[in-house]
Amino acid sequence: MSEYDLEVENLVRDFAAFRAVDHVNFKVEKGSFFSILGPSGCGKTTLLRMIAGFLEPNAGDIRIRNESVLGVPPNLRPVNLIFQHLSLFPMMDVKENISFGLKRRKIPQSTIDKQVDSILERVGLPEYGQKKINQLSGGQKQRVAIARALVLEPSILLLDEPLGALDLKLREQMKIELKKLQQQVGTTFVYITHDQSEALVMSDQVAVMDKGAFEQIDTPKNLYAHPKTGFVANFIGENNSFDATVSSSDPFRVKINSDMEFNARAMTGLSTGAECQLYIRPESIVINPLQNEPMNKFSVTVKNVLFDGANTKLLATIGDTGQEIMAALPQDKRFDHIQPGERLNVGVYDDACTCF
Amino acid sequence: MPYAGRLTLYFFLTPVLLWLFLLIVIPHIDLFVISMQVENDDGDMVWSLLNYQAFFEEKIYWMTFVRTALYAILTTLLTFIITFPVAFYITKVLSIKYSGFFTILLLVPFWVSELVRIYGWMILLRESGVFNHFLLQLGLIDVPIEMLYNDISMVMGLVYTSMLFMVVPLISSLEGLDDSLIEAAYDLGASKPVIFAKIVIPYILPGITSGSIVVFMLTLGNYLTPNLMGGKNSLWFTEQIYNEFIASFNWNQGAAFGFLLLVLSTFIIWLGLKLTRQNLSRALS
Repeated sequence: MSEYDLEVENLVRDFAAFRAVDHVNFKVEKGSFFSILGPSGCGKTTLLRMIAGFLEPNAGDIRIRNESVLGVPPNLRPVNLIFQHLSLFPMMDVKENISFGLKRRKIPQSTIDKQVDSILERVGLPEYGQKKINQLSGGQKQRVAIARALVLEPSILLLDEPLGALDLKLREQMKIELKKLQQQVGTTFVYITHDQSEALVMSDQVAVMDKGAFEQIDTPKNLYAHPKTGFVANFIGENNSFDATVSSSDPFRVKINSDMEFNARAMTGLSTGAECQLYIRPESIVINPLQNEPMNKFSVTVKNVLFDGANTKLLATIGDTGQEIMAALPQDKRFDHIQPGERLNVGVYDDACTCF
Repeated sequence: MPYAGRLTLYFFLTPVLLWLFLLIVIPHIDLFVISMQVENDDGDMVWSLLNYQAFFEEKIYWMTFVRTALYAILTTLLTFIITFPVAFYITKVLSIKYSGFFTILLLVPFWVSELVRIYGWMILLRESGVFNHFLLQLGLIDVPIEMLYNDISMVMGLVYTSMLFMVVPLISSLEGLDDSLIEAAYDLGASKPVIFAKIVIPYILPGITSGSIVVFMLTLGNYLTPNLMGGKNSLWFTEQIYNEFIASFNWNQGAAFGFLLLVLSTFIIWLGLKLTRQNLSRALS
């Protein structure tokens, strides 16, 4: 008995000459929250639709609780999908929507009534059974959609960017609610999104997907701190990226122009003279570092302060080169004096400079 | 309401009210008055219910009336059964690239008049027509068959004439049905027949209703098709009205029949809406 609810092996799907999903492998542990994160068009929806059964793969296998579901139509698979636009049935009320799946199973009406009441209670919408769908707010619709799927007790709940249509405040709130709900019901969630914050906040494991293939599967923290590829480094969180040349391999140093050299961390085998990309996170740049602190130090000219509350950024150019760099600007009054045109000393620790 | 606003309202409302009043309300009042009168022995008009009485006493009248109603309902049903798969195919199966082209193909026959279309069918179906010619050539029959002038050819002609008015509302309401609703039902465990019965049909019910109302009324009031394609026994109630007005020159009797047809169509549509728990304004919106 494996502890995996979902196992995907070498899955391939082509649309004519275009390979949408390219040899994808992953396993999802029972009761965990697994996210697939990638830009639009990376093949994540195709992957999800194959798991749900709306598409058949060209090659590979999908196993749910150890049983291959290839060739099983969606209505017979033990998974349920929350659609991007929720797809609640507008001609039915909340209760009819939720009991739709149960009725297909020929369960007696009294049992259905009990189950609907209990799931409505669980998603925090008791007494909402008689409401029409168009009487609900965005967040309530979301919860009805989840209740409609969860009441069927699926092995896996698939979610296709269900928060995409909500406004920012509600999205933040639903993120936390979804996570809580998942922990409470213990159902395995497979969540796809292009919004990294959704994936990072809610997930136990995140798979970063690009051009049909998985770049890295890891915990949110590791993805952020130890990206394995340049794509992940760029896609997760914000990053400054520079074209660089390796000037020495031990100690590892890279040059981004004739007179700027950085001590850095090579993430892949890079030999002297090789071209690479240097990534520096905005929040790892220290403004006015201490004199004797061992770090890469350089001076920048402030171009602009991009105020955004806790996410305020400093846009500057390095030395006299005109290469732009973003730095986080903590809003703790220390740096309120910074004005465009000013010259600042900044520093960044060696292992915060990663090269691919 | 400000003065200018009221003026604009009257400006746009006046043509509508004039049209309703002059062309619909006044003629109907006159029709009603005529239908309640008969000529007495002296040649004067007197008030009487004899016209309506004649309808109920003369078997041929109300038999035609019931026949017309039943065949109009049958035509509406058949039109729906034939056009629904077409509309579904165009909106949900075909790619968007071709669906516009196919919709135009559906509309093309309706660019010519009903009369021309019916004659087209007559050329195909008559004893010396195209179908008989080919059947004879192929040796499938020895003697030409008369395919025209019976109830089947009449209903076929009526269905053909009505299809456009059913397919257009069906296409537009099916276009409003998001494919993901069908997928959601499928995902929740519904089989294909259940999806049709519980999701597709309820969703497009307003479209079905408006299409059915139009088709039913057009069929009930059709004169040309039953007259040209129906046989001697395929009497249509509009033909009775025509006979009274034109052949017998009994306008009073004709007016009474006209009124009865109006009552009949109103009653059947009301009944249909009640049975499907629909609302007229919602169905036509």
